[in-house]
Amino acid sequence: MIRFLIRRILLGIFVMWMVTVMVFGIFFVGPGPGDVARRIAGKDATPQTVQLIMERLHLNQSLFVQYWDFVKQLVWHHNLGYSYYHQEPVSTVLKAAFPITFSLAIGSAVIWLVLGVFSGVVSAVRRGSIWDRLATILALFFYSMPTFVLGLLLLYAFSYQFALHGIHLFPGQGYVYFTASPVKWFESLVLPWITLALISAATYTRLTRGSLLEVLGEDYIRTARSKGLTERRVIYRHGLRSALTPVVSQFGIDVGTLLGGAIITEQVFGMPGLGYTAVNSIEQQDLPVIIGIVIIATAAVVVANIVVDLLYAVLDPRVRLH
Amino acid sequence: MTTESILSLTDVVKHFPVQSGGVRRSRDVVHAVDGVSLDVRRGETLGLVGETGCGKSTLARCVTRLFDLTSGRVEFEGRDISRLKARQLRPLRREMQMIFQDPYGSLNPKRRVGSIIGDPFAIHGLASGAERKRKVQEVMELVGLNPEHFNRFPAEFSGGQRQRIGVARAIALKPKLIVCDEPVSALDVSIQAQVLNLLSDLQKQLGLTYIFISHDLSVVRHVSDRVALMYLGKIVELSPSEALYEHPRHPYANALLSAVPRPDPRAAATRERIILVGDVPSPIHPPSGCRFHPRCPKAQQRCSDEEPLLVARDGDEATHATACHFPVDSPEELAGTWVAASADADVVGAAAVDDVGVTPPTELTERGRI
Amino acid sequence: MSLTGTSIGASFEDDPEFAAAEGEETAKIEGRSTWQLAWARLKRDRAAVISFVIIVLIVLMAIFAPLVATITGHGVNQQFRTTGLNTFGLPVAPGKTFWLGTDDLGRDILVRVAYGARISLEVGVLATLITVAIGAALGLAAGYLGGLVDTVIARLVDLILSLPYLLFAISLVSISKPGMKIVIIVIALFGWAAVARIVRGQVLSIREKEYIEAARSLGASSWRIMLVDILPNVTAQLIVYATLLIPVSIVAEASLSFLGLGIPPPTADWGQMLAEAETIYQQAWWFLVFPGLALLITTLAFNILGDGVRDALDPRFDRL
Repeated sequence: MIRFLIRRILLGIFVMWMVTVMVFGIFFVGPGPGDVARRIAGKDATPQTVQLIMERLHLNQSLFVQYWDFVKQLVWHHNLGYSYYHQEPVSTVLKAAFPITFSLAIGSAVIWLVLGVFSGVVSAVRRGSIWDRLATILALFFYSMPTFVLGLLLLYAFSYQFALHGIHLFPGQGYVYFTASPVKWFESLVLPWITLALISAATYTRLTRGSLLEVLGEDYIRTARSKGLTERRVIYRHGLRSALTPVVSQFGIDVGTLLGGAIITEQVFGMPGLGYTAVNSIEQQDLPVIIGIVIIATAAVVVANIVVDLLYAVLDPRVRLH
Repeated sequence: MTTESILSLTDVVKHFPVQSGGVRRSRDVVHAVDGVSLDVRRGETLGLVGETGCGKSTLARCVTRLFDLTSGRVEFEGRDISRLKARQLRPLRREMQMIFQDPYGSLNPKRRVGSIIGDPFAIHGLASGAERKRKVQEVMELVGLNPEHFNRFPAEFSGGQRQRIGVARAIALKPKLIVCDEPVSALDVSIQAQVLNLLSDLQKQLGLTYIFISHDLSVVRHVSDRVALMYLGKIVELSPSEALYEHPRHPYANALLSAVPRPDPRAAATRERIILVGDVPSPIHPPSGCRFHPRCPKAQQRCSDEEPLLVARDGDEATHATACHFPVDSPEELAGTWVAASADADVVGAAAVDDVGVTPPTELTERGRI
Repeated sequence: MSLTGTSIGASFEDDPEFAAAEGEETAKIEGRSTWQLAWARLKRDRAAVISFVIIVLIVLMAIFAPLVATITGHGVNQQFRTTGLNTFGLPVAPGKTFWLGTDDLGRDILVRVAYGARISLEVGVLATLITVAIGAALGLAAGYLGGLVDTVIARLVDLILSLPYLLFAISLVSISKPGMKIVIIVIALFGWAAVARIVRGQVLSIREKEYIEAARSLGASSWRIMLVDILPNVTAQLIVYATLLIPVSIVAEASLSFLGLGIPPPTADWGQMLAEAETIYQQAWWFLVFPGLALLITTLAFNILGDGVRDALDPRFDRL
């Protein structure tokens, strides 16, 4: 088990390293050093700032030196760099953005997991019934809906229309920190949560339903039934355990991905989380921030994958970690 | 090697590395084939028998060079083909073919039968278009299939017919040697007879040489001129067919043959069934000396010290070779000397002994080569 | 951008409908292939047929978009500042002149939606084709050839699948000239990995089948085996995947355009229209609803068709 963990962590570090190399490559090799400096400085920088940056970041030196510099800074000094666009250290920028993404991700994850699995189970267990058909159709509907379409529609219906009729429940856009006002924090998150949750739940409904149906068709379920166990026990005790493994796997990946920034949702609801910041930074060619976010996003997925694999080993004793 | 030999094997050895999940765990090897030497004469049918795991299928694939040899020599029509690469082997494939066991797995379900049988022509660039179709239909007729069924899929044929398709594919280019790997084992008994007759007719018509592999002793007796009995990667007895069935010398051969059902009820009732004790040992760590010695009632010290050579023993014809220090003179010698094990003694045709637990899984990894 | 892998068993031989083929007594005796059977099954799936019709309609709308412009008399990028915007400079609601209303620049939304279909369909289909072609080829090679080829491709696939797709996609687009080409490239660049992984898995199991061994014993080259023997057994799953990949590609393109990183203005594109609608939808719901509806319907139709294709090619009787 330890060997497994070590191997996966090493692999994860390798992936993160490759990712930084790739991002570096994209932004440095693409344009060219003078251009890069200009971009890092931001679109409105003065020539002096550009020159300063060129020297500071050793942009007139070879690519390897620059990259090595960056790595040195990152690993030894724990310094992610400085964002000229935000006029702040990158770490500050990220620290401000992360809680937003985190709240958004975890909140909607809980909702969609409960919603998706529940409806998937009901669908599978009552196959062919009206509930099943309803759930399947709704799942298909939301699965096909692009995030920003749903987000905007919800904003229109619940934020704008409600406001028109005097109900000021959901703010149009923006985010309020939990520490400032829990109630407002919650309000600002409801619509984004619903948006993300509905769309993601659709995948989970389909996944759970399909997986559970497959498991329920297996011989050992038939044995459990013929042993005289109540149907409820058969399903929940025996069937669900193996049916849920792909769901867990998918969940881990989805949450990991989301923690790196729910780009579209944050954009629609104007929430300055990691995703929103990332898009801005890319537009501004603010490389330090971009690299910082990419590292976090990749790390989140890597960790999520490791956790999922560990969970697999717990849930399914047949799985051996090698 | 004489000019009469179409195929000559000298000390052929094939070992597979022991793997688990694609990773080599130790330096152990599976001794699938461990030093087999024999000649196959032109025009004969050589039966190759043995239980599951004895190495006969592996040997077949070494002969047809679907596997690389670990060591040893294979000569086909005088040419040493042991180390040839895939490209050099290709022209050879026109002369040496294989018929497979599983009528359901040996034909690509997504391809039409005409296309499957036409493969040999296509691969070797011998015919195309209408010409190829004509040749395919010729072959189909030869094996007893309706040429009109050219465009059907394998699923539309019965097991026996599918096996005929496999035969058609093998003889399409009129090869000289065909290795039949359990060609009738998966068929119903009545169909078996049909296919065996087909093979026999084709042999006469086309002058074929067969290596016929089976675990079914009665089938092999019916079709073979000579029989080689394998155990744990080695040949333990090699002789003309009738000689083996009437005077088996090796204790193992005796045990197997005692289990073959006899039609005469009186003979069946009086016959002593010889039941072997224990399981077949693992091919990863074969016993020393004679590999059969742990289970052999006649085993003595010499048997575990010295490996017996495959030679003609006293009182036998030169063509009847046995690898045993103390060959059996008559079956009565062995009767009553053993304690019955838990083995299923009533298995039809095949041996009465416990089945082998180890089939080298690594055979699969080897197939990726070539 | 990921699809939960669909799995298709290859036990086509067990299909009871085959008994029907035996009864045919015609001069030309031909078996019904997987495709013919699947097509028959697909035709019976009402939802799939309806979706197919809808898709055809959308395609027609895209092809005849110029016709729509001619009929309404409004060009796709024409701004009607007097008739298309009201006295406050705000878009005009759906009515007699502008059947679906206008956008913030007074352009006819109906015409723009029609033209937008072109972009979505072109990108969707092209990106999917390229993705599947590359993924299948590399998956086949990795699965069958094994060894170094497999190791390299498999590692590459793992790497790509662990990247934060959207971030990289946006980054790549940002340093390139904006347009359809880069969007298609980006989608294919990240999409092929999932296809390759699925194909590789399938090839690994097909490779062990006896008919592959038979092909080798006949002297077939690796290329021939991959193309003639293995590929036909993988095609069914590829088609299902491709049909379900089209809507994913369409949404991917729309998302990029929504973020302002896709097809640049003034080209009519659904994602971009929705981005423009973001500031003004409160006063002009039609600007939000109609492009959104177009996207939703298109995606829904392809998804339903994709489900239908999957059921047709691999009928498992426990699916609804």
